[in-house]
Amino acid sequence: MGGNNILKDECILRIESVTKDFPGIRALSNVSFKIKKGDIHGLCGENGAGKSTLVKILAGVYPHHTYEGKIYFNDKELKFTSSSIEEAIKEGIATVYQEPVLVPQMTVGENIFLGREPEDKGIINWSKLFSDTKKILKKYELNIPFFAKVSTLSVGQQQMVEIAKALVQEIKLLILDEPTSALNEAEVNYLMEILKNLKDNGVTCIYISHRLEEFFRITDNITVLRDGRVVDTVRTVDTSEEKVIAMMVGREMKKRFPVRNSKPGEKILEVKDLSVLAQRKMVIKNVSFDLRKGEILGIAGLMGSGRTELVTAIFGEYGKHVTGEIFLEGKPVKINSARDAMKYGISLVPEDRKKMGLVLIQEVFKNISLSNLRKFSNALSIDKYKELKECKKYADYLTIKTPSLFTITESLSGGNQQKVVIAKWLMSNPKILILDDPTRGIDVGTKYEIYNLINRLAENGVGIIMISSELEEILGMSDRITVMCEGECTGILDRKDATQERIMALASTTKRSHSYS
Amino acid sequence: MKPLNFIHKIKKIKIDIRAYTLIFALLIIWLLFGSLTGGVFLSSRNFSNLLRQMTIVSFLSIGMTLVIITGNIDLSVGSMIGFISVIAAYLQAVMFPTFLPGLFPTLSVELLGILSTIITIIICLLLGLLIGICQGYIVAYGGVPAFIVTLGGMLVLRGGVLGVTRGKTIVPIEDSLRLIAQGYLSKNPGILIAVIAIIIIFLITLQSRTKKKQYGLEIKPLPYDLVVASVYSALVLGFVLIMNSYKGLQIPVLIMTIIAILFTYLTNNTRFGRYIYAVGGNREAARLSGINVQSVVLKTYALIGLLGGVAGIVLTGYVAAGTTSGGMNYELSAIGGCVMGGTSLMGGIGTVFGALMGTLLMTSLENGMSVMNMSVFWQYIVKGLILILAVYVDVTSRKNKSL
Ligand SMILES: Nc1ncnc2c1ncn2[C@@H]1O[C@H](COP(=O)(O)OP(=O)(O)OP(=O)(O)O)[C@@H](O)[C@H]1O
Ligand SMILES: [Mg+2]
Repeated sequence: MGGNNILKDECILRIESVTKDFPGIRALSNVSFKIKKGDIHGLCGENGAGKSTLVKILAGVYPHHTYEGKIYFNDKELKFTSSSIEEAIKEGIATVYQEPVLVPQMTVGENIFLGREPEDKGIINWSKLFSDTKKILKKYELNIPFFAKVSTLSVGQQQMVEIAKALVQEIKLLILDEPTSALNEAEVNYLMEILKNLKDNGVTCIYISHRLEEFFRITDNITVLRDGRVVDTVRTVDTSEEKVIAMMVGREMKKRFPVRNSKPGEKILEVKDLSVLAQRKMVIKNVSFDLRKGEILGIAGLMGSGRTELVTAIFGEYGKHVTGEIFLEGKPVKINSARDAMKYGISLVPEDRKKMGLVLIQEVFKNISLSNLRKFSNALSIDKYKELKECKKYADYLTIKTPSLFTITESLSGGNQQKVVIAKWLMSNPKILILDDPTRGIDVGTKYEIYNLINRLAENGVGIIMISSELEEILGMSDRITVMCEGECTGILDRKDATQERIMALASTTKRSHSYS
Repeated sequence: MKPLNFIHKIKKIKIDIRAYTLIFALLIIWLLFGSLTGGVFLSSRNFSNLLRQMTIVSFLSIGMTLVIITGNIDLSVGSMIGFISVIAAYLQAVMFPTFLPGLFPTLSVELLGILSTIITIIICLLLGLLIGICQGYIVAYGGVPAFIVTLGGMLVLRGGVLGVTRGKTIVPIEDSLRLIAQGYLSKNPGILIAVIAIIIIFLITLQSRTKKKQYGLEIKPLPYDLVVASVYSALVLGFVLIMNSYKGLQIPVLIMTIIAILFTYLTNNTRFGRYIYAVGGNREAARLSGINVQSVVLKTYALIGLLGGVAGIVLTGYVAAGTTSGGMNYELSAIGGCVMGGTSLMGGIGTVFGALMGTLLMTSLENGMSVMNMSVFWQYIVKGLILILAVYVDVTSRKNKSL
């Protein structure tokens, strides 16, 4: 392993033979590697490889006695005793997780200083708080309105707040666990700039992502994990995306997207002049489109462009606040709730798995079968055995990595949780399947499997609507692409005419500004 | 490496123990009281009393489990059974004696009594159901927090109690109604029930094996399953024999057992059961999975109302009167029993069996302390502290498990 030699001098973090077990599973097995001071160090691996577990050890979530092995930070052994992150923060280690954990009703400044407000004899010194916030935001060139309530910010901006919160203390090591999985291209670019800036200020970073191209934009070294073991640590300049993928999945992967031979059939869904009024705002304005059997319709657009609102409106989420018409197989329908939608054979894989997709405290099989219980039950009883068998089929199909179907879903890795949500909706045998960013947080190998699966469903005549923040994915999968901007549909492109540039252009112009120009 | 492995094994055992913590705690408390009272506590007579004492609260805690699992609460159950109980007493003592004989002049006094009891039971159950549905409707469809709705319900119903009784105790109650709360089954029917239960236990064991085989799921070796079934059978038989060595199986205990079995089945094996856990675990995800969340919540309140009806009937038969203080504070005992039995007030977690064990434990404390003649103020203090302790142990063991 040549990689580790490079790091002999000046390493800030040394991980030596770390092993971490959970009931029924070894999440980390004899993991050793080093991180050089001032580097941005990439960490990648398939879903369930153990990345987040390692992060939680470094962040102090799993204290010293819950794992084996040693960790040296600046040549001092880290021995966190309690499972609170305070100790790690004192050492100068801060962590930003995939989902921002902020108080939505508070302002940016209050959130940044939460728990360590500057005080004057027990009274919060607000002017100092705000001037300090300003200073920090300025220093790292974070562009967020600091008087704004967090609930009014986009996920991307919230991510920035998280980073600012981490930066308030003197930090030496910043860990980012999948910070970009909910961000769009522009926001990712922005984050990259910030990280470069941090690097210039001497902060070391550990960076985790399932979007490999990001590693090649900012990292200096990459450590690849597979099944809880270190495959290798390599210098970014010495490797390539293909090589990293091969290390991750243990085999070579030639293509990112499977071949599609699409033969769209008759119209299955038609949406005419759909508008949605939510909280006195038109979130969707006069959108019309149609979908054919066996067709994959991609929806592109920036975060907040109304993509999610559009599909949830079709799914009945806005109830009576929707105007316009929806036709299913030629017949006009009224969909006022998720239950209505499901009766018509429409399924939705929601955007936010934790909030909307899963009952985290329940077993994996109960989550998979939740919306399909009628399949194996009558009024009086559920046929548990039939249920388990069916769930197992889907779990195997999607290669959900879990000790058993009886494992509590919360303990699965992020990507595997996402697979559980997908399994649930596949089982419902929909006529129309709506996928809202389905491959968020899923590793490349599995993404390919999911694409395969979506293709197969399409071949069987299911109409598919897919939202994605990754343009590449939209381009690689869709037959047609609808582009959204500020609640309007700014264009529908055919597969053969679509390019990244055209989509981006449509995604940032509303119809009105278009016609003026 | 080795010593750590060992620690790991201990940890595993600890997790298994957690599931049985309650039963261990119960055994320890029984042994403690047994030795403190010189065996009186463990006599079959006291044991029989203990079980009867727990019945009324246990109906409520079974219903409360469902309500709490969906993430709600019902504070009105105490007043509700008080109200149902005085209505039952009013019907039996005031209303029916005046007009039932007129309607059925040919019936004997005894038969009139039974008829009065039957009608009373039906009215009480319907009344409970109605109260449950009203409160459930406001919680589920009106969007008013359950805490407020049922707090209001608690006051309204207690007012109802005072209105019906005018501050006086209502007597007499028909013998047939008293039988429901105070009667015993004679020895042979008791044995017969035990035998039927044992046959069912073995049938279920064998049936689940063939099912598992049919679907290619892992099965434990036959002897293992048979031993487990035998242990359960021995418990059933032992229980009936102990009861028979005093006066026999008590009717309210029998009712409690049947209801507990029904509700265990309801929570574990039906769609409705799945739905209540899903609604409590993540309301939004449940809704988006096509579950009618509001109707599920409404149904849990309807069920706790129905069980309140049962509890009200048993309460009336037990005190043989309708009193102003009937059911006072029972909501707290019911919630305490649920929580002690591992039901999470955050929703999504809890079992009927746990609620029963929790209630049994609380009742054992109460019973043991009064057998010991401990002053009432100590009884309150001890009960309160143990409740906090139990939940503390539960919470910390859950936390450790997730590390
Ligand atoms: N609290 C826990 N209890 C039990 N098992 C756990 C727990 N946390 C993680 N695991 C298991 O440990 C393994 C590693 O999980 P981890 O979250 O570190 O994966 P990951 O590399 O971050 O994956 P992803 O890319 O999907 O986020 C998984 O198999 C997971 O099921
Ligand atoms: Mg992870």
